[in-house]
Amino acid sequence: MTPDLWNEPGTDERKPIVAMERVTMRFRHQTVLHDVTIRVQPGETLCIIGESGCGKTVTLKLIISLLRPTAGHVYYGGRDLSTLTEPELNQTRLDFGFVFQMAALFDSMSIYDNVAFGLREHRLCDEANIARVVADRLQEVGLPPGLEHKKPAELSGGQRKRVGLARALALGPKVMLYDEPTTGLDPIMSDVINELILQTQHSMKTTGVVVTHDMKTVQKVADRVVMLYPLSRLEAGESQILYDGPPEGLEDDPDPRVRQFVRGEAGERLRELNSGWSEVS
Amino acid sequence: MAVVSTPTDSLNSSWDVPRFLPPEPPQSPVQRVGEYVFDRVVSAGAMAQFTLQTFGWLLRKPPRWSVIVPSMYAIGVSSVPVVALTGTFIGMVLAIQTFNQFEAMQMETKLGAVINLSLVKELGPVLAATMLAGRVGSSMAAELGTMRVTEQIDALVALGTNPMRYLVVPRFLACVLLIPLLTLMADFMGVIGGAAICTQLLGVDSFHYWTHSRNAVGLLDLFLGIFKSVFFGAAIALTGCQRGFHATAGAEGVGKSATESFVFSFIAILLIDFVIGWCWNIIYFSIWPVESAFL
Repeated sequence: MTPDLWNEPGTDERKPIVAMERVTMRFRHQTVLHDVTIRVQPGETLCIIGESGCGKTVTLKLIISLLRPTAGHVYYGGRDLSTLTEPELNQTRLDFGFVFQMAALFDSMSIYDNVAFGLREHRLCDEANIARVVADRLQEVGLPPGLEHKKPAELSGGQRKRVGLARALALGPKVMLYDEPTTGLDPIMSDVINELILQTQHSMKTTGVVVTHDMKTVQKVADRVVMLYPLSRLEAGESQILYDGPPEGLEDDPDPRVRQFVRGEAGERLRELNSGWSEVS
Repeated sequence: MAVVSTPTDSLNSSWDVPRFLPPEPPQSPVQRVGEYVFDRVVSAGAMAQFTLQTFGWLLRKPPRWSVIVPSMYAIGVSSVPVVALTGTFIGMVLAIQTFNQFEAMQMETKLGAVINLSLVKELGPVLAATMLAGRVGSSMAAELGTMRVTEQIDALVALGTNPMRYLVVPRFLACVLLIPLLTLMADFMGVIGGAAICTQLLGVDSFHYWTHSRNAVGLLDLFLGIFKSVFFGAAIALTGCQRGFHATAGAEGVGKSATESFVFSFIAILLIDFVIGWCWNIIYFSIWPVESAFL
């Protein structure tokens, strides 16, 4: 695809808001993504699944330009992110909300200052309005009043994730990126986070990209699912994307690797592990 | 088939075996040396780039005072006790170590010149900077390293904020602006410590001690120490922040960054001290050909 895709005739709904086109990402001697194309339509929630090391988090970081692709292009709203200047890129990043795997709250700041950070840094409103936005966002994610003046270290894992979500929502993003939002949480808190993702999408009309290997999250929030597979396990010429479709089709996919992942079966990994043990013994 | 990926890399599991990438041949000693040299050159380039970026942001869009002041407090105010203590003991130890030799030559009243000149030109700035490299530089590397591995730096970028401007420039400014003041304090405490030992404990005549001090130590000597300290401060801040920014994952990575920060800062301090001292001597003695504190 070329940038012309956004200029082609057709309805706006068919033009992706985010597109990764033939992206390859290499870290020194290790290639994590090879020739991957993913397009995200406005308003949809795309779940990217796959086992550890397949490049899910790298994909998210490429979308918000925390990483630059070794080859290929990442587009947002039809603009190639690699062509933007630093100020343009920083301005573009304000359209994204990123919820990090471990929340990545600024631990030297209070919860209030964490949520207010983006608004203060970019001087988007005065202190009175910032206080209102912070209170609203914390309320939306279900955090009780009085928590604002605590430090992140004083919160539970679930509370930290919710503060991370409140911080990401404070700037009114158009695209929400979630990096394993339910990892490390108990089943009830995981469900709370899943509900918040849905609620965010409906109330703020955001587009969502959720990286996860939690199939409950996939079934609950996804409009579409992309499954990535570790490059090192692929046969020559195979695409790294094993599945791209609705969540309902995952269970019946003809590729056994997709079914195996969805059902959480170790399969050949168990045989590899056993053979490894027998070699050691 | 050989494993192409680094086994310790968190991006790949230990039993991942590439099937479509060619195996890497084993490296010869020459290749390993070449790779080591290449890595060192890359590190030097990264440090140079980091320094240029810091100056770029400093000139283009300096951070707000609300961000600089906490850094100044952490770097300056919190370092006062340790620097004062260091300065006092340098003066006292110098007095103790030099007294016997000077007394044997019946030149003990000249001690003031020796102690105070050594303090303001060399020991005050260098030892104050060394203490700060340990206290402030390592702390910066550990703090920024932790922010790196817990994705807090990524979070800053995701919120449209440049981490160089927000994290590095305030620390750099605080170091460069406050180290001269801390050095002055170390000098002052050293002068007091040395004088206290010489005149109160070792019985050196107070009038002659201070007269010789006044005759030997000029404003230029004081300026040299302060001038050097600015460069020491810059080296400590840049090394600490750069090591922190490039910390690798895990407690070991952060610890390594903090250690490297101190070691590299200390080497930089010694190197800068030597270069400035050498250049200063060339300039000074070309203007005033012969001058000694003892003439």
